[in-house]
Amino acid sequence: MTAAVTDRTVPALPRPHRGTRVALVLAGVVVVLFLVTVLLGSTIVSPSELLAVLSGQTVPGVSFIVLEDRLPTAFVGALAGAAFALSGTVFQTLLRNPLASPDIIGIGYGAATAAVAGMLVLGLQGPWFSVSAFVGALVVALVVYFLADSGQHTGGRLILMGIGAGAMLHAVMNYLLSSTDVRSAGDALHWLVGSLSNSNWERVGTLAVALAVLAPLTAFAATRLKVLQLGDDAAAGLGVDVARSRLTLVVLGVALAAAATSVTGPIAFVAFLAGPLARLLTGGRTDFLCSALVGSALVLAADFAGSNLFGDTSLPVGVVTGALGAPFLLWLLVRSNQQGMGG
Amino acid sequence: MTEVLARRPAASRAGGPETAEGPGHPSGGAVGPIGRRRSLPRVLTVAVALAVLLVLATALSLTVGARNTGLPVVWDALTAFDPADGDHLVVHSRIPRTVAGLLAGLALALAGTALQGITRNPLADPGILGLNAGAALAVVLGIHLAGIAGVTGFVWLGFGGCALAAVTVYAVASLGREGATPVKLALAGAALTAGCTSVMHGVLMIDQTALDSFRFWQVGTLGVRSTETMVSLLPFLAVGTAVCLLSARLFNALALGDDAAAGLGLRVGRGRGIAAAGVVLLVGTAVAIAGPIAFVGLVIPHGLRVLVGSDYRALLPLSALAGPVLLLLADAFGRVVLPPSEVQVGVMTAVIGAPVFIWLIRTRKQVAL
Repeated sequence: MTAAVTDRTVPALPRPHRGTRVALVLAGVVVVLFLVTVLLGSTIVSPSELLAVLSGQTVPGVSFIVLEDRLPTAFVGALAGAAFALSGTVFQTLLRNPLASPDIIGIGYGAATAAVAGMLVLGLQGPWFSVSAFVGALVVALVVYFLADSGQHTGGRLILMGIGAGAMLHAVMNYLLSSTDVRSAGDALHWLVGSLSNSNWERVGTLAVALAVLAPLTAFAATRLKVLQLGDDAAAGLGVDVARSRLTLVVLGVALAAAATSVTGPIAFVAFLAGPLARLLTGGRTDFLCSALVGSALVLAADFAGSNLFGDTSLPVGVVTGALGAPFLLWLLVRSNQQGMGG
Repeated sequence: MTEVLARRPAASRAGGPETAEGPGHPSGGAVGPIGRRRSLPRVLTVAVALAVLLVLATALSLTVGARNTGLPVVWDALTAFDPADGDHLVVHSRIPRTVAGLLAGLALALAGTALQGITRNPLADPGILGLNAGAALAVVLGIHLAGIAGVTGFVWLGFGGCALAAVTVYAVASLGREGATPVKLALAGAALTAGCTSVMHGVLMIDQTALDSFRFWQVGTLGVRSTETMVSLLPFLAVGTAVCLLSARLFNALALGDDAAAGLGLRVGRGRGIAAAGVVLLVGTAVAIAGPIAFVGLVIPHGLRVLVGSDYRALLPLSALAGPVLLLLADAFGRVVLPPSEVQVGVMTAVIGAPVFIWLIRTRKQVAL
């Protein structure tokens, strides 16, 4: 990276160029993966058929697959990936720790436990099910936040308390799973792993509205994030209301994660991986657009791989991201600890 | 002395420097968890109290349940067993789970205390550090790939997974400038737990029979093992217990820092490795007996530190007494809290333990960052 910079004749310009270039390439990758998800699979749809379907004609055998299955799946995958990625990047930047993604600091468990409780105990379905996941995530995040927020060093405390709360919720979730019959437990597990297989247009709409509201707010709040990254004291010295900015960002991050979780279930590691991957691509800068695109690409690619590469068994997207994420996670742990950033 | 988690200056509360306690200083008991050592009579008092509590908890575990049996009935059932008497049968069916509570509680509490000594870290716990998740993943993979069933197979898988997780978490967390700080250890543990859990969920998705046998195991429950299988685990438990109890001097020295311990003539690396092997034996046994139970190893040593100070020569044996008390009480409480169903002991300890964990973090002035 440093070698590349010294090669250039104008050292001031390349950075913004690189960010834009990476974003364009990533957008291209997302579009390609989107099309791949729509066109390929057990039934192959030709581009001309797709155009015909999109222009309103009815193509026998293809219209239904494209309109009711493939398109919603692709949209939900792209949107959920972006939401997870944005949420993860907010937390990672806010807590100045590449490992502090919502699924590790207890927020994911909050959403999951509330949703599983709603599903198994109250028999919630559809939108109410999503609402329970959303409320669960928000409640856990706020409780942990206010417990941790007592003066200085909120970041490390927030992480530790989140891990503690997550462990407790995990136990409660296991209790719920073991106290129902195996079929319901299987259904709940299917949701817990994270999958796109239940996507429909209603869910696309939910996610699209959530992102349309939350993404601009996050982009706006991200300007504060740059100041907060300098440390609490420096940020306060620069005239930023640290506590309030941090609370705003926490709520936004939780809302993004909860919106995506309530639709797809907790897809493992996307929130966690997208930020660091985008950083690698952009050469060390935190770029929210790139993170969101990386998240979309990850989910789309993992879903395609899971449903097509394993023969008859179609693996849900969360299993694929989990299997890919675990080794990357260890590598990231090692790397960030060597750099002294691990906490 | 490089304390990673600085304690609050609670000495000011007692109105004197923390070294002011000791023989002849009557306010020493009021200073709280600061003193390094307590006098021997106090340790003995706590030990006797715990022993009495242990007997009471054992009795409670035999009497309480969906069908309550009075103490005289329990005594009758133990001394003059009558197979025709329903109450006697109920009491006898509770014996294995009481034994399981005793053994698992001992193993978990001792392992937690030893882990805190090894890592010099007040937040160490087999659950938080990902050892339970490693063991759980190994068990699931064993069920799915090799069709292993039965506790003897689970033991070896549990040991393997546990050891692997321990090595991974500690190696990863101790890289870098400050060594294994609480935040790094907890993050590495949580990250490993997340990774293991998602792989595990993936396997369970595909394999419904594995899900059925596993979902009861993973929640952490007593009373699913027969007494014979537990007897087969006793050697592991005995070796692990002995190793951990004998490491007390090492932990006391380690509390001063690695360099100081080395200066006292101890072989720090080797001692740590041996003690860690003991911990793995204990956690592996506990996991095999009761499944992954979190927070017992965290709560017990902290509770005892308040009572007897932080001398590991007192802490280790006392935690071996206190662990079973907590586990048996949690189990007995779980049997009656939500009738007609039972809340498994792993859930109870997590619900009790997590607030303690959060309180511990809150009362520390500064978390290393």
